[in-house]
Amino acid sequence: MDIPYTVMPRRDTGLYNAKLGIWLFLASEVMLFGALFSSYILLRVGSYPGVWPHGLLNVPVGTVNTLVLICSSVTVVLGWAALKANQFAKYRKIQAITLACAGMFCCIKSYEYYDKFTHYEVILKDGRVIDGHLVEKVGGGQLVDGRRQPPEAIVIHGVEFPADAKAAGMAKVPLIHNLEKASGHHLEHKEFRIPWSDTKKVQNYGPWHNTYLAIYFTMTGLHALHVIGGALVIGWIWGPGAAMWKSDPERYTNRVEVSGLFWHFVDLVWIFLFPILYLL
Amino acid sequence: MSQSTKTAHAPAHGAHHSGGDHHDPGFWRTYVFSTDHKVIGIQYGVSSLIFLFMGFLLMLAMRWQIAWPNQPIPVVGPLLEAVLGQPASGGVLGADLYNSFGAMHGTIMVFLGVVPLGFAAFGNYLVPLQIGAPDMTFPRINMASFWSFLVGGLIMMVSFFIPGGAAQGGWTSYSPLATSIPTDGQTYWIIGMVFLITSSLLGSVNFIATVIQLRAPGMGWMRMPFFTWAQFVTAFILLLAFPPLEAAAVLQLMDKVAGTSFYLPTGLITGGKLADISGGGSPLLWQHLFWFLAHPEVYVLILPAMGIVGEVIANNSRKPIFGYRSLVYSVLAVGFISFIVWAHHMYLTGMGTKISTFFQTTTMIISVPSVIILTCLFLSLWGGSIRFNSAMLFSLAFLPMFGIGGLTGLPLGFNFSDIHLHDSYYVIAHFHYVVAPGSIFALFAGVYYWYPKATGRKMNELLGKIHFAGSFVFMNLIFFPMFAQGIAGMSRRMSDGGASYMVSDATADVVGRLAKSVIDANVGISVAAFLLGVSQIPFIINFFMSMFRGEKVTSDNPWDATTLEWQTPTPPPHGNFTESIKVYRGPYEYSVPGAARDFLPQNQPSRA
Repeated sequence: MDIPYTVMPRRDTGLYNAKLGIWLFLASEVMLFGALFSSYILLRVGSYPGVWPHGLLNVPVGTVNTLVLICSSVTVVLGWAALKANQFAKYRKIQAITLACAGMFCCIKSYEYYDKFTHYEVILKDGRVIDGHLVEKVGGGQLVDGRRQPPEAIVIHGVEFPADAKAAGMAKVPLIHNLEKASGHHLEHKEFRIPWSDTKKVQNYGPWHNTYLAIYFTMTGLHALHVIGGALVIGWIWGPGAAMWKSDPERYTNRVEVSGLFWHFVDLVWIFLFPILYLL
Repeated sequence: MSQSTKTAHAPAHGAHHSGGDHHDPGFWRTYVFSTDHKVIGIQYGVSSLIFLFMGFLLMLAMRWQIAWPNQPIPVVGPLLEAVLGQPASGGVLGADLYNSFGAMHGTIMVFLGVVPLGFAAFGNYLVPLQIGAPDMTFPRINMASFWSFLVGGLIMMVSFFIPGGAAQGGWTSYSPLATSIPTDGQTYWIIGMVFLITSSLLGSVNFIATVIQLRAPGMGWMRMPFFTWAQFVTAFILLLAFPPLEAAAVLQLMDKVAGTSFYLPTGLITGGKLADISGGGSPLLWQHLFWFLAHPEVYVLILPAMGIVGEVIANNSRKPIFGYRSLVYSVLAVGFISFIVWAHHMYLTGMGTKISTFFQTTTMIISVPSVIILTCLFLSLWGGSIRFNSAMLFSLAFLPMFGIGGLTGLPLGFNFSDIHLHDSYYVIAHFHYVVAPGSIFALFAGVYYWYPKATGRKMNELLGKIHFAGSFVFMNLIFFPMFAQGIAGMSRRMSDGGASYMVSDATADVVGRLAKSVIDANVGISVAAFLLGVSQIPFIINFFMSMFRGEKVTSDNPWDATTLEWQTPTPPPHGNFTESIKVYRGPYEYSVPGAARDFLPQNQPSRA
């Protein structure tokens, strides 16, 4: 049994099966990310005025990552074009750049995640707030009755906000990061050594910290899964799957095209994510 | 396209041939890990029938608790206690377990029962046959779809046995309720749903691609059987409506395991304490995302059923279906409009009167194409020479039952009357009339009608008619009194069937103080539910016995049908058609004047 139009396009639709399939799949993906973007809008519009954080992310780093992805989008087309021109060696080289870009994107993204997970907000019992990056946790960590003990002290490199910052109407505590910009105060960055017993709440900037970070981690995380998935498929076609070029070059070229279509979609999602999370 | 790729294509094509048919794939590849759409269809069919039965048993346990609150369930009670422990202590279905069973009854019936049976099972088996295709476009993806479905279903089943039991937040899993219940059932539910959504995504891509790409020569769009049209539109609904639920599920999973607050508002108090969360989330967001899937899902439940009824009625009234084009356009209209009616489930959330008015309007509009479909099916009977076999009886019963379900939905679609009826037994009665005596009757009709094609034997007619009579009577005895209970103000969420709200008849009202007569109706309903279960016994016997003892069919087309699935060998072999097929005419050319027989198969060139 042979299924028709697996390689050659059907005359009235002008498509081979997999190309139609990937477009349908992408339609579904549009609805998936569309729902997340809608959630972002609803949560942001529904937040109290002035509460939505700005400037939490590093724009230059994000810009570099955007350029990396755009570059990979160009190379993935060029790779397919090279195959269409029957230049397999050239395809191999160009598509290697695509894969390198995917890897680089993931590295930069991991760096950004790491930066957030080591960024702490420490609320002290006296009402002061210390915000900055973790230098070290001193002591603690041993297991007692199956529960990990807290450290004796925590060392943070960052800034200190006075206890009356909130009362002065400068900012709310979850928005501590905006305070410096909004108030025009220049706060000195230095190292703080805080005994654990002085702290009321210690929390890093993970998804649990506020709604903005929650949607940031969820959307970029889901996007990163798409990047990894796409890179794995493109990498498989590029590497072990390349034997098909000898047996069935047309089908192989189709595979490259279809995986490229998916890759473009992944890039497109990032083109929307970058402004709404980094810039707006 | 370059010259070299063209030349290299030819030997590859030859190599492809030798890999296909010429060896026996062995037991596992034929019956278990099969890529044949017919085997996958049957796998879907059998597993979803089993899930349907399990969902029904959950409901029976709940009905016992409603009718005889806090009394041990006879026979099954001790068994439940042995398996589930404390939540079923003393053989009584406690309130927590009642909630669990309620949530899982809905989930199982919708996502593991009716949708896989109507869409995946019948669709997989029949769509490629009806359009003259050798298989689905992506057979391996089709297999992945089934296994993803099964994994999702098993995760749901396993969740009954974890500490704290299965999800308790209702099949709608509203946050913050679903997120705040301190057990892991909801997490299992979400992960199970992700697998089911993946399964439906793979299935729907396959269906749409198959219908677009693999129609046989001559099978134009307006020659496709109504059933295939219904499946085609259903596939689009699944493709586009399910992903928002996946997004919703991801967000709820984050709320549950990563401590985010997507759906958790500031100041949320759970268990008497201020929750330790960042807050700022929106409970309404979940409802919007959920109903964006779950309303179109209603049409996923009903459209394949309508497709089946259309086929069975055309065949058994021996005349062309009335208004084929109107049916097709109506199905398309229903498909489109189903995406903009979702918030009629949310009138009571305080989302605002303007939004309510919009969704009330679209809800009324969508009833127009639905009524056109039902009217066309009714009118198809006019002047027909009707054969009253089991399949036809179920199809005929579908029409008024779905009619009741649809018409009783109108008061729910108007926001002023919904204020009173919302979340009452009236709602339960309404959507069960659509899905239980509606969709499920049509699915039974489909089983009786296509059974001979899949097995080569007919099902027993006498058992079929007993099955029909019992199901028809008891379905109505179950659901009709619920309308009255709902109008009297009985809430659908009470694990004791409203006993704790009972007052003397004189002081009863519609805001929660229930008259004894309203509550006493619970007993009759529960007895009818049990008897409905008994009425399924002839079907189960018939289903298995007919495989071996049923009357053998003497031709490949035992019902004298026109559509292409009957023009194949019985059962159809791998690859479906023994010779290349060409379509010459529309799908319902019955009793054509001047023709030699009262039916003209689609692939018959001349009228002779």
